[in-house]
Amino acid sequence: MAGSSIMESFFQRSLDDLIKGLRLQVTEYNFISKSLEEIRREIKSTDLQTKSIALEKLTYLNSIHNIDMIWASFHVVEVMSSNKFIHKKIGYLAASQSFNESTDVILLITNQLRKDLNSGNQFEAGLALECLAKIGNTDLARDLTPEVFTLLSSSKDFVRKKAVAVMLRVFNKYPDAVRVSFKRLVENLESVNTDPTAAIGVFCELCSKDPRSYLPLAPEFYKILVDSKNNWVLIKVLKVFSNLAPLEPRLAKRIVDPIGEHMKRTSSKSLMFECIRTVVTCLTEYEVILKLAVEKIRDCFLSDNDDDPNLKYLGLQVLSILGSKQQLWAVVENKEFVINSLSDLDPNIKFESLQLVMEMVSEGNVAEITHYLVGVALKSDPEFCNEILGSILMTCSRNVYEVIVDFDWYVSLLGDISRNPHCQKGEEIERQLVDICLRVAEVRPEIVRVARDLLIDPALLSNPYMHRILRAAAWVSGEHVEFSRNPFELMEALLQPRTNLLPPLVRSVYIQTAFKVLVFCLSSYLVPKEVISAPVDNLAPEVSAETSEQEASLCEGDEYFDPRMSRTGEDSNVDNGQASSSGSLENDPFTHESIFNMLNMIKMALGPLSGSDEVEVLERARNVLGLIDLMEQEIPGLLAREGSLRGEEVQGSRVLDLLQNAFSKELGPVSLSAQQRVPVPEGLQLKENLSELETVCGDIDLTPSSSFSLGSVPFVEKYNTQHMEKESEVSTESTSLLTEHRKRHGLYYLSADKNASGSNDYPPVNEMSNPIDGAQDLLRLTSQSVDSKKKSTSKRRPVVVRLDDGEEATTSGVEKAKDSKDDILSGAVRNILLGDESKHMSSQSKPPVTGKRNGKEVSLDTGHVPQSKETLGEIENTSTSVSHHSKERRRRSKKKDGDKEETSQKEKQKSHRSGRSKTRQTAEIQSQVIPDFLL
Amino acid sequence: MIEAVVVMNTQGKPRLTKFYDYVPLEKQQELIRSIYGVLCSRAENVSNFIKADSIFGPYKHYATLYIVFVFDSSENELAMLDLIQVFVETLDKCFKNVCELDVVFNFSKIHTILNEIVFGGQVLETSSTEVMKAVEEITRLEKASNAITLPRSVSGWQVR
Repeated sequence: MAGSSIMESFFQRSLDDLIKGLRLQVTEYNFISKSLEEIRREIKSTDLQTKSIALEKLTYLNSIHNIDMIWASFHVVEVMSSNKFIHKKIGYLAASQSFNESTDVILLITNQLRKDLNSGNQFEAGLALECLAKIGNTDLARDLTPEVFTLLSSSKDFVRKKAVAVMLRVFNKYPDAVRVSFKRLVENLESVNTDPTAAIGVFCELCSKDPRSYLPLAPEFYKILVDSKNNWVLIKVLKVFSNLAPLEPRLAKRIVDPIGEHMKRTSSKSLMFECIRTVVTCLTEYEVILKLAVEKIRDCFLSDNDDDPNLKYLGLQVLSILGSKQQLWAVVENKEFVINSLSDLDPNIKFESLQLVMEMVSEGNVAEITHYLVGVALKSDPEFCNEILGSILMTCSRNVYEVIVDFDWYVSLLGDISRNPHCQKGEEIERQLVDICLRVAEVRPEIVRVARDLLIDPALLSNPYMHRILRAAAWVSGEHVEFSRNPFELMEALLQPRTNLLPPLVRSVYIQTAFKVLVFCLSSYLVPKEVISAPVDNLAPEVSAETSEQEASLCEGDEYFDPRMSRTGEDSNVDNGQASSSGSLENDPFTHESIFNMLNMIKMALGPLSGSDEVEVLERARNVLGLIDLMEQEIPGLLAREGSLRGEEVQGSRVLDLLQNAFSKELGPVSLSAQQRVPVPEGLQLKENLSELETVCGDIDLTPSSSFSLGSVPFVEKYNTQHMEKESEVSTESTSLLTEHRKRHGLYYLSADKNASGSNDYPPVNEMSNPIDGAQDLLRLTSQSVDSKKKSTSKRRPVVVRLDDGEEATTSGVEKAKDSKDDILSGAVRNILLGDESKHMSSQSKPPVTGKRNGKEVSLDTGHVPQSKETLGEIENTSTSVSHHSKERRRRSKKKDGDKEETSQKEKQKSHRSGRSKTRQTAEIQSQVIPDFLL
Repeated sequence: MIEAVVVMNTQGKPRLTKFYDYVPLEKQQELIRSIYGVLCSRAENVSNFIKADSIFGPYKHYATLYIVFVFDSSENELAMLDLIQVFVETLDKCFKNVCELDVVFNFSKIHTILNEIVFGGQVLETSSTEVMKAVEEITRLEKASNAITLPRSVSGWQVR
């Protein structure tokens, strides 16, 4: 055995050999597994030298090549306990690299750590402290608290600062340690001749978790803020104050001056930045210093001549903090810089400035800003482009399109955005198009126009991101086909060959839209026949024979539906003369010829689809074809190429009338709470246990929620088809069924003129008001925020609100559970700082109580009564004399006492601020509860 | 606090990883990969901060190495950049013109240096002279405690 170990150690590869070997390999994997084999053998060696080198290699592989080393835990412990420093160091490094709180061998190292902590060699103690800081669990923290406590007042800087830093871990894992060592930690903070870096770091961490407990230490922090010359320490103390100041307004007032001083004096950018950040996060109500901070932001961080991207980025960051704090003027002041930063090289800066720009958006400038942004988006890389488009969509739709006044503009903007080649926001655009169409009646003609432009562009069909948008466009144009300038053109667009690129669900919406358009065209064609006399009939074929059929219908459609619009060039070339000459025709594009062509086109395009694999596509295609068949039977003349309809044929339109009626009712948004208001029929068991049912149909997804979401296309479509199918099959029943259905639920659909009454669930988004011109952002913003408040009161979304409540409740429950440890810690800290723990101290083996504090505690035991509100104003006095100091502190603590218990009470119950009268009682309860925790 | 320190080369090979809270190995790898993903896509002359998922930290690019400190909200961004500078200065003093190979071959020494600057996620020392003092003493102690072990010199590979 001995011989083999000598051989092993003689031929053992060192770490350097391992690294060199690794560097020579092309594929590291084999070499690593071979080395691991070696290591496994060597690590079992009885020779510590061999063992430790093997362990070092293993640690290296673990840290660089992510090789698991948990299996070697026991060997780590062995190497740690070596007497030689070099082995010990390897062992400790391995332990802190690979152990975690649940490693089982951690139980074995307590004594080793204790021994090393007590070691005369400061470096050994350093190793142990470091290991404790990394892997310390509750047991280790509890068992080693006395040793760490001793080291807190070590004369050697090297050890003391590590001991201070390790207290953070110890407190977190074992809050009771606070009682023993908190005071000494505070001494480390106060002491003149030691470096407070480590101590202030610890307090900074503690404060960020539970600032309220550390308010009583404010005088110490203040002293550091005023006296310290060390930038690092100042930064940390500013961090502490930015946590404390929001809790205590008087404290905020005190620190304004010293922070201002630092800002004026310092040349260090990091300190400057921290000062500014402190001001913008918690001192915004102090105007003078806020102005100074904004000035410094501009001078030091946002200046173009100093071209440091880091400063730019951080400057924008603090600006956006200001923006979120209703201090938009600061952002507006730097508007130019922000907008220029949008085209910066650095993605961080771009994102930050984008956010800022979006914050500046208001009713007055939304068009201008978005126009600019869309331009930037076109030039940017895809990622940032989508970021821009996403934030435009989000900002504009915020609070039910609060900032949008001109919806025509917004809808055409949506159209433009969709055409951006990088745009991947199809889903959101789809949602907004449908949503706006449902909510804002005035914008429908424009939305149909935008939809038409999208639909007729064959190039868009090949872009998968467009499909969702096209689906919305198709649905909108079908639902409001009456606004379409040219239904024939629309029909053509819907049936164009490239639609086979669409996914089936989108395609079925296309076909459904074609159905609606067909019904519209047929009834427009037939209905006037009933009224208008023969001459028109006779004229129709004449003219269409003259002109080339398609273009004629296209053009005439234009003329008829939107005389304001100028024709598109091509159309006018072809038949401008004839069409305009035959004046009477201008009024009726629905010629026999055009209908005939359309029917043929539909048959040709949808015929193949009646055998489609996709159920949705198939059914809808059949619906359309079925309607055509029906019409042919009813009106035999319809499909003759030439000729006109005779009187008896007109009656066929009865079917069409029914269908047209079905479609002409307007679909409004449905309130999310609509279902709730349906009275529960008698005898319906809603609360019955459905668990049996679940076993029967366990894997069927029962999510009814989507069917009640607002304006979702699938729902609307489904709704339509239901009726449609009924209608086309049993046409006579259809209307009665529909009316019955509407009568039954009529209450719960919104009436068509939803802009009219205020009692609706969804009042108009924004009345079309005259845009206020000239007024600048700031003014507008204030008035706007008032407006929005008014509006929001009239809006009711009960279900949404309740959903949120539910979520909150669950998360707060989780938080509560998570916080329990913090609660213990802060409770303990409070006890120390409030000084009413002396009676429990006797049980401790080492009461670490200095004379000064002791006196304070004893005296404090007598009084719980919250005292007057004078204290924090006198911070400066604290440094004058020790006795005075402690008295001050005592008074302060007493005052805080009330607050403290109140808050801990609050945390316990997670309820809102309880009454003052309760606190007394709680104080007693708590002073009993905490010792139980401790013992 | 500082959550992690990662040194990697420009090919994304980690040269030093230290996590101050326990992070499972797979998660470590994932983090390092996502950090590298962000780093390699960044141009020259842009700000020294990376933001990816939950990671926020400054990095510095020295020759073939990236040095990344990942931290939370209780650290100052600019001070962290300075701290990276301190770390690199110390390495430089230690190895005389530090380069990637020094970092590769001096695994334990780099850890020692880093431990003197950052301790359990807390910054302990911001002066590279102080750090050097401590590191030198520790090295001396190491040598003294093990006379047989040859001093880890870097000359071996430099000759090659």
